[in-house]
Amino acid sequence: MQQRNRLEPYFENLVFEREDNKMVVNFGPQHPSAHGQLRLILEMDGEQITKAVPDIGYLHRGMEKMGENMIYNEFLPTTDRMDYIAATSNNYAFALAVERLLGIEDKVPRRAKVIRTILLELNRIISHLFWLATHALDVGAMSVFLYCFREREYAMDLMEEYCGARLTHSAVRIGGVPLDLPEGWLDHLNWFLNNLPEQIKLYEGLLTENRIWRMRLEEVGIVPPEMAKSWACSGIMLRGSGIEYDIRKEEPYELYEELDFDIPVSDRCDSYGRYLLYMEEMRQSIRIIRQLITMYKDTGPELMAHAPEYISAPKEDIMTQNYSLMEHFVLVTQGMRPPVGEVYAPTESPKGELGFFIRSEGEPYAYRMKIRAPSFWHTGILQDLLPGHYLADVVTIIGSTNIVFGEIDR
Amino acid sequence: MRPYRPKDNVQKKSYYTDRFWVAPRVPEEPVEDEIFKEDLASVEQTFSIKKAYIQRGQLVIIIDPKDNVEVLRHLKEERGYDVLSEMSAIDYLAKDGEFEIFYQLLAMSKRRRIRVKCRIKENEAIESVECLFRSADWSEREMYDMFGIKVNNHPYLKRILMPEDWVGYPLRKTYPLHGDEAAQWYEVDKIFGKEYREIIGPEQRDPAFVSTKDTCNYARVTHPLPKCADPNSEPEHIEVFNDDAPLVETFDLKKSKIVDKTR
Repeated sequence: MQQRNRLEPYFENLVFEREDNKMVVNFGPQHPSAHGQLRLILEMDGEQITKAVPDIGYLHRGMEKMGENMIYNEFLPTTDRMDYIAATSNNYAFALAVERLLGIEDKVPRRAKVIRTILLELNRIISHLFWLATHALDVGAMSVFLYCFREREYAMDLMEEYCGARLTHSAVRIGGVPLDLPEGWLDHLNWFLNNLPEQIKLYEGLLTENRIWRMRLEEVGIVPPEMAKSWACSGIMLRGSGIEYDIRKEEPYELYEELDFDIPVSDRCDSYGRYLLYMEEMRQSIRIIRQLITMYKDTGPELMAHAPEYISAPKEDIMTQNYSLMEHFVLVTQGMRPPVGEVYAPTESPKGELGFFIRSEGEPYAYRMKIRAPSFWHTGILQDLLPGHYLADVVTIIGSTNIVFGEIDR
Repeated sequence: MRPYRPKDNVQKKSYYTDRFWVAPRVPEEPVEDEIFKEDLASVEQTFSIKKAYIQRGQLVIIIDPKDNVEVLRHLKEERGYDVLSEMSAIDYLAKDGEFEIFYQLLAMSKRRRIRVKCRIKENEAIESVECLFRSADWSEREMYDMFGIKVNNHPYLKRILMPEDWVGYPLRKTYPLHGDEAAQWYEVDKIFGKEYREIIGPEQRDPAFVSTKDTCNYARVTHPLPKCADPNSEPEHIEVFNDDAPLVETFDLKKSKIVDKTR
């Protein structure tokens, strides 16, 4: 028997017949420029937007629920799937939150810290290149997309050479890193860093003074400083509005205290200002990695923190010492048990402030894991940002907020 | 006899805990930091504070849920905590019959972070702080979506991540990881209606589902049978490597070329 289908076709793309002569346009959720499954319901007066309602949740996988049902080490690879453009920054944010909860933040060996910071900055470059590529493609500059992806490919090769994965790295562990840098990796990194400034100059030559680029970006998506603060914007969305706040500088974690770098700020408040910041941030990341390469040379060989109740001993100890093997067995089968308490650890991911709030009840499973993903608020701001703009600017604004749906819907 | 499992918390539990195990605690330090001391004294003047301590470098204040808007307004306007970076709830229904709501605030000028917490009963509502921070708009929607906590005076209190017609609140401890019954039948209920649950049945609902207890079919998961084949018949043996057309060629050093530089 044929069964009656109760799904009603309410998702028409256009609704013309309204009394107030306004048109409702359904933008997404399958739109190539929406950077994921973003659905925007736009009320238009002619070409101009009068109301925008972002609709999210199409990629919701319940990561917070999963975090409450997995032991801490088990959950770490899951965090890869949040901001999948720069996976290490998620791994690191999670590892940092757990380390802070355990109180072993200072016990992480220096070499591990150097490697982590290199990876974080490399991920920042990868993420910014990806942003520039897709943003330029959305606005209409096809060739920039190809150039950026070429450079990103080299950076991903470096990640692959280090940890074996290109997108979902899981290259950071709670308490350190699993692997030392392979032989010759720093030379490859150096080659990449020497090559990149020239390429950035090429992108800037293509875009910065480009008439079309400037017309599409200037005075589009203006975020006043009050609005940025009220919407809890972070990262470049915040610094593009003239507020100088970078968690790497203000609340330093890892090795950022010892490193010498600048925080670019722009008070243009528009998409063009944010574009300039992205370009400058890539240069600063190169500068940071160069300093880290010299730091790497005078570090000891340890890679994981020594905290036997929480972290397994090195492999040699597990293979040779009975007690280490027993501890390792308990840590793998039952999981580490952090002390009772809660922690909120903010980090500066390429997208903005990425923080993990963890409430622990002394069990191997977190009692509550709240992931503060920057893109969530950068999408929410669209409902205040879009009205008054033209339909063609929607794509520019979505692009310049640099949202990624893995971390919005989690 | 089947072991007893509590219904009010169905999340995963450790399979073994030593009976003498006492979990250590993250120290709750007294408020000695200069800036935090001033902030706390300023809040204490007008509002009643149940408890205040510093945990891992952040000040935690526990307040009365009725004061939440006023305390946050005071912190925002007088003390410079003008960013609400995060807010959500923790489910303590099984233990105390309460939700704990936390507001994570940041003062950029002082580089300080405060966590304001309050507890409400299951059926109580909380006042919205959206009038102070726009970011609370979506956070409170998410909290409502995940815990079912009603928020008074919110401009658009609707589910945000889950579909609007979803049954249950996914982040409650009573909600299982793999979803409850309504979640399993969500598509069937929506497309055909509840009365079709029995007609369709669990096998039709999820044709890809194979129970691990069903040894006959579970063993066939990666060796599917052709359509209409007898389920008891042995699957045909498929020759993957054929000698006539080798898939893998033997490595010949003379024919191959070694590239000196990869990039």
